[in-house]
Amino acid sequence: MDIEARKDLQDPAVFFAETPLTRRHKGEPNRPGARQQPASPRIHARPKKSDWFWYAMLLVVVVLFVELVIYNPRWQWDIVAHYLFNKRVMKGLGNTLLLTVLSSALGLCFGVVIAACRMADNAVLRTAGYVYIWIIRATPPLAMLLFLFFLSALIPRIYLPLPLLHANLFDIDTNQVISRFSAAVIGLAMYLGGYSAEIFRGGVSAVDRGQREACKAIGMSDFRTMWHVVMPQAVRIIIPPLANELITMFKNTSLVTVIGYVELLTTVQLIYATNFETIPLLTVACIWYLALTSLAMAAQSLLERHFRKGVQT
Amino acid sequence: MNAILKDTSAMNDTTNFLDMRAVTKQFGDFTALDAVDFSVSKGEVVAMIGPSGSGKSTLLRCINMLELIDAGSITFKGEVLGTEMRGTRCVRLLKKTLDQQRRHFGMVFQGFHLFPHYSALDNVLAGPCIVGRKRKRDVMERGRYLLSRVGLADRMHHYPAELSGGQKQRVAIARALAMDPEVMLFDEPTSALDPELVNEVLDVIKELALAGTTMVVVTHEMEFARKVASRVVLMDGGRIVDEGAPAYIFNGGGTERCKRFLSSLRT
Repeated sequence: MDIEARKDLQDPAVFFAETPLTRRHKGEPNRPGARQQPASPRIHARPKKSDWFWYAMLLVVVVLFVELVIYNPRWQWDIVAHYLFNKRVMKGLGNTLLLTVLSSALGLCFGVVIAACRMADNAVLRTAGYVYIWIIRATPPLAMLLFLFFLSALIPRIYLPLPLLHANLFDIDTNQVISRFSAAVIGLAMYLGGYSAEIFRGGVSAVDRGQREACKAIGMSDFRTMWHVVMPQAVRIIIPPLANELITMFKNTSLVTVIGYVELLTTVQLIYATNFETIPLLTVACIWYLALTSLAMAAQSLLERHFRKGVQT
Repeated sequence: MNAILKDTSAMNDTTNFLDMRAVTKQFGDFTALDAVDFSVSKGEVVAMIGPSGSGKSTLLRCINMLELIDAGSITFKGEVLGTEMRGTRCVRLLKKTLDQQRRHFGMVFQGFHLFPHYSALDNVLAGPCIVGRKRKRDVMERGRYLLSRVGLADRMHHYPAELSGGQKQRVAIARALAMDPEVMLFDEPTSALDPELVNEVLDVIKELALAGTTMVVVTHEMEFARKVASRVVLMDGGRIVDEGAPAYIFNGGGTERCKRFLSSLRT
């Protein structure tokens, strides 16, 4: 008898339906002061002995953190504080942000185009998209950046010859196009483009096929189906992996140090190369990466909440 | 004699309304439809029955070109659907033209396929607003009317996730009606519903039938087929194996195959 009753309450739907709290929310009269008494005693989660172990562990970690990080003189928190809003650090941070914003914007555009190619009916486009993703996946971003930066050694001039006419459609000196900055933006964008394309494709193909059929059945064009029906639903699926990719991208900007572009990490490296305060300055950089990543994650959860509208869970 | 036969066939409404000739559809090596001839006249309610995998859903989906046929022809009011002749070759039409031709038909799916990010009213208005490019406030009244016609005027602002299966299917019917289709296609509209919700959907379909809507209904509800359909078509193995008035099919007039199928349902 007793066991039967408990089994019944294990079903969360039943449990919450039987709980007076939700009953009140459903609009049953609730006179102030007259708290409704549950018919039977409320059941709580069984306390676990292992919980105490983990609380003890947490205490150990806190003690270690205080001892090894906060009160450790070698971290030199005064120097960290001194450099946290240093002018050069700020400029480096600005460059990092500029690089992130530009290459994210460009990279997402690449991503959309490549995802569209991958899903196209035309075999040439499909293969082109596939080859692009293959190359991006196979090349380390570091190598990609170096390649782009030294592109002029490989292709001194960018031109398109028009056969038979003995003329070129355009003819540009590669070094005019490729600076440290543009090589960094293009390189990071190409990298993001390849990865985000697969995320977009995954999101679009995760939307139920029936949705597209329903659109077709009322005579909706493919473009409007994509814009009004598929995308609003795909965005919800895309946000978590895409946020991941963008945050990775934000930190990957530190790779451009190899081509000598001065962003946040390069800035602190340049500073500690002269004053040898290596650890405090790396800490400064990490604090900024941490702060901005936290902002990005907050934005992500706001977006996720926004796109949860009408979704069955 | 021949002339007389030709004359009557020209007068017969079926050749002018929906007409499928030798329609073949293959999925890889599997032949889903094997040279099927099928026609529907205006105002007719056709119930398609048959075992699963017999091609009845495929036939329905071929009518509004959700599946593109591999051979044969479909004409609707004299207009060839989905294909055109280019010299001696028969080629498929542009996607844009296919989209326009699909508007002759309203489709209701087994799995509803409502747009989860739109309210019931917005689902119904999706056709007129997104496809028909009308302003929402101009078609609002019609959306309300259609929802009240399926008995859901009070659920207008609910999202699909907040509706029961039967309510969802009724919204889906209203959504299909919003494009003013000339033929309604129902693909097992009640198969995904709880038994006690089946009738609310069938009642709506029944009312449409009484209003003279031309319909093709793929169904496993024999009682519904018997009472509402003007013609019952039995499919098996990608072919139409028997067809006739419900009285003929259900009162033991059908072929052996038909009797076998019906008796398998009773046990």
